[in-house]
Amino acid sequence: MLRIRRWVVLIGVAVVLSLAMVGAGGSSFAASKFKVGFIYVGPIGDAGWTYAHNEGRKYLEAQLPNVETVYVESVPEGGDCERVLTQLAEAGCKVIFATSFGYMDFVQNVAARYPNVVFMHCSGFKTAKNVGTYFGRMYQPRYLSGLVAGKMTRKNLIGYVAAHPIPEVVRGINAFTLGVRAANPNAKVKVVWTNTWYDPAAEKEAAKSLLEAGCDVIAQHQDTPAPMQAAEEKGCYGVGYNTDMRQFAPKAVLTAPIWTWGPYYVKTVKAVQDGTWKSEQYWGGMEEGVIDIGPYGPMVPEDVKKLVAQKKQEIIAGKLVVFAGPLKDNKGVLRVPAGKAMTDAEMLSFDWFVEGVDGTVPK
Amino acid sequence: MEQTAMAFVTSVLSAAVAAGTPILYAALGEVLTERSGILNLSLEGTMLVGAVSGFLVAVRTGNLVAGVAAAAVAGGLIAALHAFLTVTLKVNQVVSGLSLTLFGTGVSGYLGKPVIGVPTPVSFKPVAVPALARIPILGDMLFNQDLLVYASYVLVAALWLFFYRTRPGLHMQSVGESPETADALGINVFATRYAYTIIGGMLTGIGGAYLSLAYAPSWIEYMTAGRGWIAIALVIFAIWNPLRAVLGAYLFGGVDALGFRIQVLGAIIPSFFLKMMPYVFTIAVLIFATARSRNYRIGAPAALGLPYERE
Repeated sequence: MLRIRRWVVLIGVAVVLSLAMVGAGGSSFAASKFKVGFIYVGPIGDAGWTYAHNEGRKYLEAQLPNVETVYVESVPEGGDCERVLTQLAEAGCKVIFATSFGYMDFVQNVAARYPNVVFMHCSGFKTAKNVGTYFGRMYQPRYLSGLVAGKMTRKNLIGYVAAHPIPEVVRGINAFTLGVRAANPNAKVKVVWTNTWYDPAAEKEAAKSLLEAGCDVIAQHQDTPAPMQAAEEKGCYGVGYNTDMRQFAPKAVLTAPIWTWGPYYVKTVKAVQDGTWKSEQYWGGMEEGVIDIGPYGPMVPEDVKKLVAQKKQEIIAGKLVVFAGPLKDNKGVLRVPAGKAMTDAEMLSFDWFVEGVDGTVPK
Repeated sequence: MEQTAMAFVTSVLSAAVAAGTPILYAALGEVLTERSGILNLSLEGTMLVGAVSGFLVAVRTGNLVAGVAAAAVAGGLIAALHAFLTVTLKVNQVVSGLSLTLFGTGVSGYLGKPVIGVPTPVSFKPVAVPALARIPILGDMLFNQDLLVYASYVLVAALWLFFYRTRPGLHMQSVGESPETADALGINVFATRYAYTIIGGMLTGIGGAYLSLAYAPSWIEYMTAGRGWIAIALVIFAIWNPLRAVLGAYLFGGVDALGFRIQVLGAIIPSFFLKMMPYVFTIAVLIFATARSRNYRIGAPAALGLPYERE
């Protein structure tokens, strides 16, 4: 792997932006290796979103010895990322994974200039001949984590620290709640919005407000472990997100819905190498191994683990569909009739809460 | 499962003190600096440098006191740079402060890279003061907090005594009001301004460390999220008085803490609006403070922001 050095360069007094400039140091590529580039929105140590993608990159390198990877971290979603993408393409990368939603238009721009490079954009919706998109059905493991939370709550009240009111987050809350109520029909899920992805102070405060209101399990959508820390301080439980968060709150974290990108990265790079790759909009489920439910904390009993394992197999086999009717919204209106399941398009534009959620989606 | 009204009030007030404390430290530091005639707008950057230094040292040594000391030293260094630029080189104070904000933001991001997502082995935890913590509402609010909060009480009292009851405090104020007169009286204007700018920076650095070691023990780029700017606004609200700075900081913290709790109660107010409240409050405070200072002719130190040159 080529190490990328970052030099923080301070630009002059009147300049409003401070930019992180990226210089590729020691350009000694082994000419024979197949190069794959990654561009990350956060630092690789964030214990969340970017960390999970970087684990996937490491897996790729371990599985395919003829592949060499290059990565650039903490690239903001803006003009800077176009420069970094260009740099990666110029450095000879054959496949470039752009791992944040906001890179979307810049990926399109750069892809048009480098038609022989394959660009893979995570969580976006714009494709081109050499641009594919990819994402995972995170709502499936969220449902499973809901089962755990539903079994573990004593007060039948679970708090959910929600990020931004977009369909992805609403879908997660709904899937989680369906899981909770499948395990415990009396339980409710209380939602608080932070409007942040990464602000530990705000997220911890939001979790505390839920704990004070009587919640005894806290779930979250943000990339920091702050809500888990809040749960631990109050002696309550938590359900993390993105990666195994147990090291931050060992007494609180029950489990977490997690990203496991490695196998998908291997599959995609192999397809490009074999010349079988085609542009597509990939939304992989549990059967593909892009997502999973994380390791359990020691407090989770065996029968709960068994239940989750069984439900996981049903999801993989297609027997359990998370958003299958009858589904009522939290005002009692029937939204999905019995015998029907929500389509991908409907799930991708979720803007209402299912029955059992105590909260509103800001419009 | 509903909370009682009293428990709700207690939890909001207690959260208000915790949320207000980092701002209080920075605002107290800035009161001190501005009282000596130096405007230091770099609080946001200085807090970040304090937060990252404190966190780095606490993670490496496992010692909270060392962490706080490191934050104070780091904050003092940034402030010393500001003093050198503005007192010695007589650079425009606004420009120097703003560029140091950018500098602090960049440097903290760079230094903090290795500890992003690293859990700290130590952090400040609430320690109840015997007897006092049992006072209804106020006990939980004021006396069931961590040691840095208690230290801030002592600091406020000490600063008040220093400003209004001691000779060096008077000297400092005279340097801020009329450096020529102070100079004629034999007070070293340059040394005084250096000293209080650096002490102010140290307090600001501790404010940053409160965020990374007590409030949300972790490090993340730009974790101050605007608190340094709010502290600057609070100095005006406080009319350069440390006691009023306490009031302002807790009011701000309270508005901050109330946001999520109103959401939990199921209010129909959109969450975006609740998130905006602290900043609306800041603007309101500025309007209020400015109007007041016009009426009562109490305001900024007369020589604030002006470089001093000996004739």
